Amino acid sequence: MDALDRDLVNRLQDGIPVAERPFRPAARELAVTEEEVVARVERLVAEGVLSRFGPMYNAERLGGEVTLAAMAVPEERFEAVSELVNAYPEVAHNYARSHALNMWFVVATEGPGRIKEVLTDIRERTGLAVYDMPREQEFYIGLRFNL
Amino acid sequence: MDVSERDRRLIGALQAGLPLVRRPYAVIGEAVDMSESEVLRRIAALRDAGVIRRFGVIVRHHELGYRANAMMVWAVPEHQVDSLGERVAESPQVTLCYRRRPAPPQWPYNLYCMVHGRDRETVLAVRDELVARHGLEGMEHRVLFSGRRFKQRGARYLAPKQEAIGREANHGRA
Repeated sequence: MDALDRDLVNRLQDGIPVAERPFRPAARELAVTEEEVVARVERLVAEGVLSRFGPMYNAERLGGEVTLAAMAVPEERFEAVSELVNAYPEVAHNYARSHALNMWFVVATEGPGRIKEVLTDIRERTGLAVYDMPREQEFYIGLRFNL
Repeated sequence: MDVSERDRRLIGALQAGLPLVRRPYAVIGEAVDMSESEVLRRIAALRDAGVIRRFGVIVRHHELGYRANAMMVWAVPEHQVDSLGERVAESPQVTLCYRRRPAPPQWPYNLYCMVHGRDRETVLAVRDELVARHGLEGMEHRVLFSGRRFKQRGARYLAPKQEAIGREANHGRA
């Protein structure tokens, strides 16, 4: 990554306009062509620095549900249980964390009621308790990394 | 707002991200049989209604050297959690802040903050600063650093059948 890549990533994290040529403002600010912006974004995605370029949705407003769930998984079963959990398309991401509750994953569904089904299913298939910690209030959003 | 079938088709087409071309909404429009101006109008309406929270990039922080990712949790008295959450969220190092339903007795925590840093020391220094600045001393608290990441993707809310648009379809899968 060079200095322009960093400026570009920082700039794009502020968002892009919903307009015919969404890359034009960033290109102007960085004094490059839109083609250069597009080519660099494409390369940064290919390199894995950026995972996606597009909208972030509010699942609840689409009629879906989201929750954070956690499990205490015995070390020797960790691999197998993570495979089982990750196989659900509703599981958005899954992190190992340093606590007795050592597996933390987000479940996001298209419609109501499905979260409970997924969590119950995981509990029955693994024989392990699944803690459900739904969000009650969001104070801030805007994951941003200054490079 | 009511999200129409036409909106849902558009959302489905956008799930894999914007096509990386100069006029991406025209390409999206072709895929869902809408004009570029209809695509723009509908997306703006979805954004204004809060269905789309933000348009931009999703940075894979781990790949950029933010190796320490901590979930910090506090057990805060119910009547204080909202005011504390609002204040803690203003700290620039806090990237996400939520109140969540606790699961006592194993998990009494109701205030959650995500802090990312280049190393654990940096993250713990942020924690100390948050505790001192917001009077969190004495509240039950944990810092859970993340270990392995097994899956990271943007949540997908609609069936992926219309995802394959343009060349970005090959990317962006975590």
